[in-house]
Amino acid sequence: MAEKVYITGAGIISSIGFNYMEVLSSLESSLSGIGRLKYIDSVYRDEIPFAEVRASNNELREMARVPRNGIFSRTSLLGIIAAREALINSAIKNISEHRTGLISATTVGGMDRTEMFFKKFIKDKSHGRLRDIITHDNGDSTEKIAAACDVKDYVTTISTACSSSANSILLGSRLIENGILDRAIVGGTDALTLFTINGFNSLNILDKGGCKPFDDDRNGLTLGEGAAFLVLESENIIKNTGKKVLGTVAGYGNACDAFHQTASSPDGEGAYISMNKAFVKSGLTPDNINYINAHGTGTKNNDLSEGKALERLYGGSIPAVSSTKAFTGHTLGAAGAIEAVFSIMAIEKQCIWPNLNFKKKMNELGFVPATELIRNVPVRNVLSNSFGFGGNNTSLIFSKS
Amino acid sequence: MEAYINGLSAISPQNTFAEDTLLANPVGYSGVRSLRCIEPQYSAYIDPMASRRMSRIIKMGVCSAMKCLRDSGISTPDAIITGTGMGCVEDTGKFLVSIYKNDEKLLNPTPFIQSTHNTVGASIALILKCHNYNNTYGHRGFSFESALIDALMLLQESKATDILTGGIDELTPDLFTITDRLGLWKKEPVDNLCLKDYRSSGSIAGEGSAYFVLSSRKTEKSMARIGRVMTFFKPDNQEEIEKKLGNIVKPDLVILGVNGDQTGDEVYSNLRKGIFKNIPAVYYKHLCGEYDTSSAFALAMAAGIIREQHVPDIMKLDSMPDGKIHNILIYNHLRNVNHSVILVSSC
Repeated sequence: MAEKVYITGAGIISSIGFNYMEVLSSLESSLSGIGRLKYIDSVYRDEIPFAEVRASNNELREMARVPRNGIFSRTSLLGIIAAREALINSAIKNISEHRTGLISATTVGGMDRTEMFFKKFIKDKSHGRLRDIITHDNGDSTEKIAAACDVKDYVTTISTACSSSANSILLGSRLIENGILDRAIVGGTDALTLFTINGFNSLNILDKGGCKPFDDDRNGLTLGEGAAFLVLESENIIKNTGKKVLGTVAGYGNACDAFHQTASSPDGEGAYISMNKAFVKSGLTPDNINYINAHGTGTKNNDLSEGKALERLYGGSIPAVSSTKAFTGHTLGAAGAIEAVFSIMAIEKQCIWPNLNFKKKMNELGFVPATELIRNVPVRNVLSNSFGFGGNNTSLIFSKS
Repeated sequence: MEAYINGLSAISPQNTFAEDTLLANPVGYSGVRSLRCIEPQYSAYIDPMASRRMSRIIKMGVCSAMKCLRDSGISTPDAIITGTGMGCVEDTGKFLVSIYKNDEKLLNPTPFIQSTHNTVGASIALILKCHNYNNTYGHRGFSFESALIDALMLLQESKATDILTGGIDELTPDLFTITDRLGLWKKEPVDNLCLKDYRSSGSIAGEGSAYFVLSSRKTEKSMARIGRVMTFFKPDNQEEIEKKLGNIVKPDLVILGVNGDQTGDEVYSNLRKGIFKNIPAVYYKHLCGEYDTSSAFALAMAAGIIREQHVPDIMKLDSMPDGKIHNILIYNHLRNVNHSVILVSSC
């Protein structure tokens, strides 16, 4: 049970790059992926900015090298690209030599194709192409990724809104610790859809100027899309192969805010508990953390609640904090995994990623986020938060191995 | 890894919610292509003010969860883990329709808010003010099994003593229409209680919500024990299935996911000629219909059979020897892709 869980590979695709190196380079150059919507036909195209992966579905199909006749949602294409990169990055050649699982996460699954179907279906129930609806459910994207990666031993999908892929990292770690798997490919994927664009817009929480996490004048989040996966492996595999390790999953905590279906509690109770649980699991104390990658969506509610929880945990001296949502937008089910990759990158490069778009300190909080890229600082332990609708909160701690 | 079942409550097309005795009066529906749940009076379990805003799946989930907790004497579980294959279908559809009907303008956010898969689990936590571990799985025929595996691990990790775990899916008219167009259901209306005898393609659609209190403690409420849960994805052939099932204890009874679909049922009939030979077999999908988390209904049946040491005639696929039933193996597959095994034993 005391077994360590090692991270041996990472793959990512988002609005700031198609792969690990491109994303890293954007982070190092403070290049945001937020801009004008190109690939979705929404009435809000000119009004609200989004963080879209800059490729059409056909271009993504080529990148994902999927069979010509196969039916793939954008969500599954993004997932295949990121998961495959993680496997290559981890130098895995024979997937079946160890008990390997795939735990993916998504909130809307194949909704991008469902929308094409529904547009016709609502006018006439015998209309709408069936090939557009068979990718609807969350399991579809996961099974497409599993097939692309040849995973058979354990396959599942987590869907806890915006903390989904943080929970897949948590679950993969526990499956290894409990000796059920030797290796787990864990992460999440979500494509931008009219469904989520209109959902968040109906809640009036999309910032027309692009998100400004932890800024006093913040006015909502920016929706993004993307996917990220990590390869987690058991201590035994590492001992026997001596392979390259990117870091460890040192701790995790899952708690429920149980305050409101969408809003976070003003004192950040759920966030406080999930962070505390992660510390207990890791054996670390809050002052061991060198960098906090906050959930920091840019909504009035989240940043206040999360900020309060951090102050409660740390008192006056909080380590470097930033939200990277102004780079990638909020990628919903993929966010936890994307930010896990950013945490690994921070450990690899020994730097703190900047919180873009920040100008003015929040009145209610005593701290400000890191606004410039900070290089050459010791980054041993990173805390990463992911909070979702329904109060599903998960905190993860990644450590240098 | 193991867990005692210290409480259960199921809303289904049978009288499972109200009846104390397992399938005391099996409910037959004649000339149907789908089964719908017999819904209880929610007001005894959910504040009417709150339930007015809830869709049917949320009401069914919350209500069965509350009854399950009440019956087992647990006020705040150490974790709430939900499995739902399709999630909140009604609200998802409602919001999608509104996007097109209103050209993306002035939309009511409520169906969007309640469309996420974790709505049921989160609603239960919200009502209980339960800050503990909360997770939701949404993966076709693995949804409920993944929730069970998570629960078994939490108990093993000593992070929990009593866990609320459930499997839930709702059937809506649009979901039926779409899955019917996909060819999942029998074209001819059937009498559900004879489902296994229709030799044709497809099954009947169903739905249900079944919640369990899984515990590391054996108490006077303990009715059965879950000893093992396993899932496997897309086996290449029958041998691979037999190999996966081979290292599990020989049960006194198997509960099979037979659903009346000629092709899919071959998997079960082959096993009954092979590894399940001479093991009494029963089935359950004629009682609840086919849906992603039907194995949660099967688990409720297994717990009832062990508690009462009686197999309802209506479930039997063949004649039964009268022995004591210690071990029941639930084996189900969804479209020969998601295969799962749940081993249930006496306490």
